[in-house]
Amino acid sequence: MLRLDDVYAGVPERLIVSAVSLEVHPGEIVGLLGPNGSGKSTLLRCVYRVLRPVRGTIELDGENVWALSQREAARRIAAVVQEPASDFDLTVWDVVSMGRSPHLGMLDRTRARDEELIAAALDRVEALHLAARRVETLSGGEKQRVLLARALAQEGRLLVLDEPTNHLDIRHQLELVQLLRALGLTALTALHDLNLAATYCDRIYVLNTGSLVAGGTPEEVLTPSLVTTVFGVGATRTRHPVTERVALFFHALSPGQTER
Amino acid sequence: MVSAARSVPVNAKPSSARLVWTCAALIVVLLATVTIAVTIGPVTIAPGTVWAIVLDGVWPQRSHPWTASEAYIVWQLRLPRVLLSACVGAGLAVVGTALQALVRNPLADPYVFGITSGASVGATLVLVLGIGAFGDYSLSIAAFGGAVGAFALVLALARSGGNLSPMRLILAGLAVAYAMSAVTSFLVFLAAHEGNQGAALSVLFWILGGFGAARWEQVPLPAILLAMGVTLLILHARSLNALLAGDETAATLGVDVKRLRWRLFGLCSLLTGVMVAVSGGIGFVGLMVPHAVRLLVGTDHRRVLPIAMLAGGIFLAWADVLARTLFAPAELPIGIITALSGAPFFMWLLQRRGMTSETR
Repeated sequence: MLRLDDVYAGVPERLIVSAVSLEVHPGEIVGLLGPNGSGKSTLLRCVYRVLRPVRGTIELDGENVWALSQREAARRIAAVVQEPASDFDLTVWDVVSMGRSPHLGMLDRTRARDEELIAAALDRVEALHLAARRVETLSGGEKQRVLLARALAQEGRLLVLDEPTNHLDIRHQLELVQLLRALGLTALTALHDLNLAATYCDRIYVLNTGSLVAGGTPEEVLTPSLVTTVFGVGATRTRHPVTERVALFFHALSPGQTER
Repeated sequence: MVSAARSVPVNAKPSSARLVWTCAALIVVLLATVTIAVTIGPVTIAPGTVWAIVLDGVWPQRSHPWTASEAYIVWQLRLPRVLLSACVGAGLAVVGTALQALVRNPLADPYVFGITSGASVGATLVLVLGIGAFGDYSLSIAAFGGAVGAFALVLALARSGGNLSPMRLILAGLAVAYAMSAVTSFLVFLAAHEGNQGAALSVLFWILGGFGAARWEQVPLPAILLAMGVTLLILHARSLNALLAGDETAATLGVDVKRLRWRLFGLCSLLTGVMVAVSGGIGFVGLMVPHAVRLLVGTDHRRVLPIAMLAGGIFLAWADVLARTLFAPAELPIGIITALSGAPFFMWLLQRRGMTSETR
């Protein structure tokens, strides 16, 4: 279980995230929502060990993530982050192989078991046939599936994703989140699309200007008043006729109607 | 979940047997290169004689079926030169490979830290002002001092809050390179102003690089550092691979990015400094060889590093043969040859890049 307790992040003079406490239970997919600049990425960077929190603790199954070595942390937490594409001609196999590196020492060869894990990970995201392709020749959806395969090969207990559906068309967005569900992972993911979060997340947390303003099931959290307060748009709530999950319609507020 | 293809596509998985065979083949080519390079020159010496003389040099033999001058040419003149050129070529290729990954820029080369321009200032001080406190080694020592000084300056400029971002490093390297070459030009101007016209020429020749003055004493240090450096870099190969995907991704894969950068930058600058000190500023090897090798074997540094080392050694050994034979008895600066082969290579690379982005 991932537990964040009273986490502050940024620089002491200018905190980007303050007093965040949240939990992700095994097998859960938890969404992190919030407008641009609300501190979602900053908070996730604290979890996948790139940015040390100014205060507070981050524990995975009782272990302080920041007391581990970088390698030990990487064996427990895998991440799919947004970074510009590499100028080097990496193949899909190269990228997924990287997932094994926290498990292999300087003198270790890549064993047959590692290669099996790499192939199995690619198979699980239905990308095994792409193994020999160069990453830059893939479509956006294929690329995200390959990054997911890398995270699977890493065999972590927790997967952290920073807006994995960014730049994907609607079909690939749905397919990716559906895949995430089907893989049965424990995941904390930043998402932009509230309806996507409502459909696929077990629970969601909402960040606004660096603080948590709500947490719970989509049913509990995604109320029209919260959407208006946090995102500055009007919302009408209904139920999706097919999935029967919470669904929202949005409209722009006329000037003066904003509650901020 | 239904999967269309359950087996790994051919060529996706790199084969380790092929790596071993490629390395073995390249070692044979390197040995052949060294042998043939030693036979070539104003006096042609048979390959068998070369081996016999080398064997005698390592483990003295009873019979000597060769002349004293042949022994002198092979042992004193040609062999140290060929070995030194192979060493420097190997070193520059390896450093170029590592640096391209460390700054995640395919255009980086061993001179990205302003190291050559720093070394040039050191060398120019000796050549122009005749500062020679260390006798025969003054030039090498001054060049090494200049190289390390320039590197320290680049690091001091590039670091922001203890972090070395690739972009800042490249910009700082450029700034230092421009400043240092201004100093070199100024020193040359001063010398010419005072009537020392030859100084400008010797500086130019030094900058273009060459192995005309190679001696046995110069071989051990670059060779030992090369062996140590390559070993260390290969041990860090997986971290270098991860770095290609980005700093944050590398961190999530367990790489301590900051520490890795400082450590390997230090190693690379030391290697480059030593190579530049014994050979001058030989361009393009450290840029071209890594690219050529990646095209052939992919991006995995566990393959690229050893193969680039062997290929770099072979390439520069042949370039040096051309340098000393094309205009014999005059020496063509080796930098002219490497640059001449580098320019078309870049045109080709450019064209290839253009093609892949169109077929995307």
